[in-house]
Amino acid sequence: MLPANNNIKDMRVKMITLWINDKQYQAAEGQSVLQVALDNGIEIPHLCYHESLSSQGSCRLCLVEVTKGSKTIMTTSCTYPAMEGIKVQTDTLEIKKARRLVMELLLPLAPDAPKIKALASELGVTEPRLGPEPENDNCIKCGLCVRACDELVGAHAITFAGRGVARTVEPPYDEEAENCIGCGTCVQVCPTECIVMEDQGMERRIDKWKRTLKLKACKNCGRPFITFAEIDFMQTKAKNPPPEEWFDYCPDCR
Amino acid sequence: MHRLTSVEELEKVREKILKEKSTIKTCITICLGTGCHAYDSQTVYETLQNEIAAHNLEEEIELKPTGCHGFCEQGPIIVLYPGEICYCRVKPENVKDIIEMTVLENKIIEDLLYEDPVSGNKFEKESEIPFYKDQNRLILGKNSSINPQNINDYLAEGGYRSLAKVLTGMAPEQVIDKIKKANLRGRGGGGFPAGVKWETTRNAPEKKKYVIVNADEGDPGAYMDRSLLEGNPHLILEGLAIGAYAIGADEGFVYVRQEYPLALENLSTAIGQAEKLGLLGENILGTGFNFKVKIKRGAGAFVSGESSALVSAIEGKVGEPRPKHINTAVSGIYGKPSNLNNVETWANVPVIIEKGVDWYSGIGNENNKGTKIFSLVGKINNTGLVEVPMGTPLRKIIYELGGGIPGGKKFKAVQTGGPSGGCLPESHLDAPVDFDHLKDLGSMMGSGGMIVMDEDNCMVDVAKYFMHFLKDESCGKCVSCREGTKKMYEILEAITEGKGKEEDLLLLEEIAWVTTNASLCALGGTAANPVLSTLKYFRDEYEAHIKEKRCPAKVCKALITYVIDQEKCTGCGLCQTLCPEKAIEGEKEAPMTIDAQKCSRCGICLEACRFEAINVTS
Ligand SMILES: Cc1cc2nc3c(=O)[nH]c(=O)nc-3n(C[C@H](O)[C@H](O)[C@H](O)COP(=O)(O)O)c2cc1C
Ligand code: FES
Repeated sequence: MLPANNNIKDMRVKMITLWINDKQYQAAEGQSVLQVALDNGIEIPHLCYHESLSSQGSCRLCLVEVTKGSKTIMTTSCTYPAMEGIKVQTDTLEIKKARRLVMELLLPLAPDAPKIKALASELGVTEPRLGPEPENDNCIKCGLCVRACDELVGAHAITFAGRGVARTVEPPYDEEAENCIGCGTCVQVCPTECIVMEDQGMERRIDKWKRTLKLKACKNCGRPFITFAEIDFMQTKAKNPPPEEWFDYCPDCR
Repeated sequence: MHRLTSVEELEKVREKILKEKSTIKTCITICLGTGCHAYDSQTVYETLQNEIAAHNLEEEIELKPTGCHGFCEQGPIIVLYPGEICYCRVKPENVKDIIEMTVLENKIIEDLLYEDPVSGNKFEKESEIPFYKDQNRLILGKNSSINPQNINDYLAEGGYRSLAKVLTGMAPEQVIDKIKKANLRGRGGGGFPAGVKWETTRNAPEKKKYVIVNADEGDPGAYMDRSLLEGNPHLILEGLAIGAYAIGADEGFVYVRQEYPLALENLSTAIGQAEKLGLLGENILGTGFNFKVKIKRGAGAFVSGESSALVSAIEGKVGEPRPKHINTAVSGIYGKPSNLNNVETWANVPVIIEKGVDWYSGIGNENNKGTKIFSLVGKINNTGLVEVPMGTPLRKIIYELGGGIPGGKKFKAVQTGGPSGGCLPESHLDAPVDFDHLKDLGSMMGSGGMIVMDEDNCMVDVAKYFMHFLKDESCGKCVSCREGTKKMYEILEAITEGKGKEEDLLLLEEIAWVTTNASLCALGGTAANPVLSTLKYFRDEYEAHIKEKRCPAKVCKALITYVIDQEKCTGCGLCQTLCPEKAIEGEKEAPMTIDAQKCSRCGICLEACRFEAINVTS
């Protein structure tokens, strides 16, 4: 798995030269080809990639053609590390066809998600031949939520379960996600808006993770703004935990 | 026995074992492998033990439980030496006769000999039976003469001599050179040259290196690796130790699926015995070479057999494939160079060292040397494990070793390569079975599954069957593989239900293309083979289903009807009594009819009718 690109940029690494669509670019060795392209204004569609997270390569939309030495392969640019001298093509006919077909397979999983619908029409899926999945929940199993929770938050509250068509994202043992602190990072990274987080009174609920949490109110405006679990988590896990009083006031009133 | 500290000591021990064995008059081997075990060979074995004791023959008869001989459908199999007299389908009640007649009076029991179903000929010797006659049992052969739980049997057959030779007389590079010259190709499916892989791992900069045996064997119906591990575990261990020496590894793993308890047991016994004798562990045979082997149990998912998934599983992570721009040979277990080979690949190594490159190269064809073990199943007279030189034509395997198709039915296709292999038609029966030819034809060698199909198999239904397996066994990470296999399955299902549309064939082909080309690992890369190969060779069957709503093989339930031949039906009423749907109408003694609405096409009436009055039409 490629580490998050942010981490690579932080390290002092070797600079290399690679070719994208017949033009030369400089990049840090080991950065993903996708990130190099995006940094240089070259659009490659992608759904399961986030620059602060490791790459998983599951949506297969970021396919490109890479020539290394005498070998040319079709591969995902988010998992392919930038290497000296490689030649990348991002928009060949074959690549476009592959992306269109991948999208045709993806769309039935999240037929109502605005971002997916927009990308689908961009990629030429105008008359989908495959109808929506009968019981779709809009989840495309891209795993951004799992990685965000593991790598950014460090709460490890949710996991992948099952194999093949039965693959799902779940709280462990499909019971209430006890490690979930209700921070909402998963909600923010989800490309299909399939994770719903709702505050009702002094409670926060994330039904997908079967989680209900108690909220703390701002001492000034009275608005419930953070879960007790998140405060607890920050105070025990953060390197330089903020003083307890910091959590008395909401960001607006601080 | 104590730890052996030199090759001389090993040879002395071997001499001693052979001397002890030379006083034995008769050896009776009985297969306790998985196939024969299912026919209760254990009871036959125990009965033999008792009978031998009752005759006070323990000194003269060596009773030897062995691993699989390959001809499983004839089990339990017993072979008596000298004479190599082979008795098939032996029951406990035959045991008394075997001892009293064959052992004591040298009389053959005709009824227990193998009888060829086609010619009716009987065969006395195991090696003369047509199923075995044209095999070259380089690897599997020793299974018949070795008690896998007793290292002495392996040593008596010359075991660990190749390891001794390598450790005392060859530089690691020379070993690699031999394996390269012998052109040993990976038997796990890919056919990658083992010597080249070994060299890559040897030359990788990290000092700590691993060697791994892939015994995941997730193909349904395949059991060649299982039979080798169960029947001759030391052969694998010796090959692995030779590889470890050549590569510079001091630690090895055998990844065995949990569902193989006997393989796990025999393997761990073998490791224990080899360590005790100093053939594994520290300072092997006093040469200073250290090599430790550990067993890893796998959950037996099909995808865990893929190299990067297997490495993840050994590390204790989820067994899912990962992107590999650097392959496991350079960065495997915990990022250390790790050389992974299949069970059968490792098993070839001691043989190559022992017999030499020239001899080994004489077997097989141009680019495919040595033998390959296949599990031959399906619509075939002789099912079991066959080992043949690579390049043997399909026709020979199916008609000569396999004895052809039962019941005078017509051959339709042979599926090779496991679930993601392809189906080849009659017109390719003369193709040599090797890595390259099968791939060119749209199938593959895989790990050696071979399923024979006849005119009663519907090829759309066959493709659907394999796609059902693959959609469940895909790890599910890549959209192209997870959703691709699922959608192909759903389309095939619709076609078999008579709901197929003409545009479905193009859609199938496009999904097949994207599954093949856009997925990460070889599971997705090959998953479309069953669809593509049947579309290529049996397109007419797809079209019959779609355009004419007809299943030519009369398999797909939605497209067939059962009717009663009014001329032939005697009105005996048997079918009426048996029909679970109460779909058969009429009065006794007069021809009956079937209510197509109620009929569930279960086939019970067809089986039951003694007058061949029930027809299936489509
Ligand atoms: C889905 C999948 C399943 C596999 N299963 C096995 C297996 O059960 N046994 C095996 O030896 N190789 C299996 N392989 C092949 C391995 O990835 C690998 O190529 C092989 O173990 C290397 O050994 P070899 O070169 O000796 O064949 C599988 C590959 C894929 C893609
Ligand atoms: S962004 Fe690369 S596979 Fe999803």
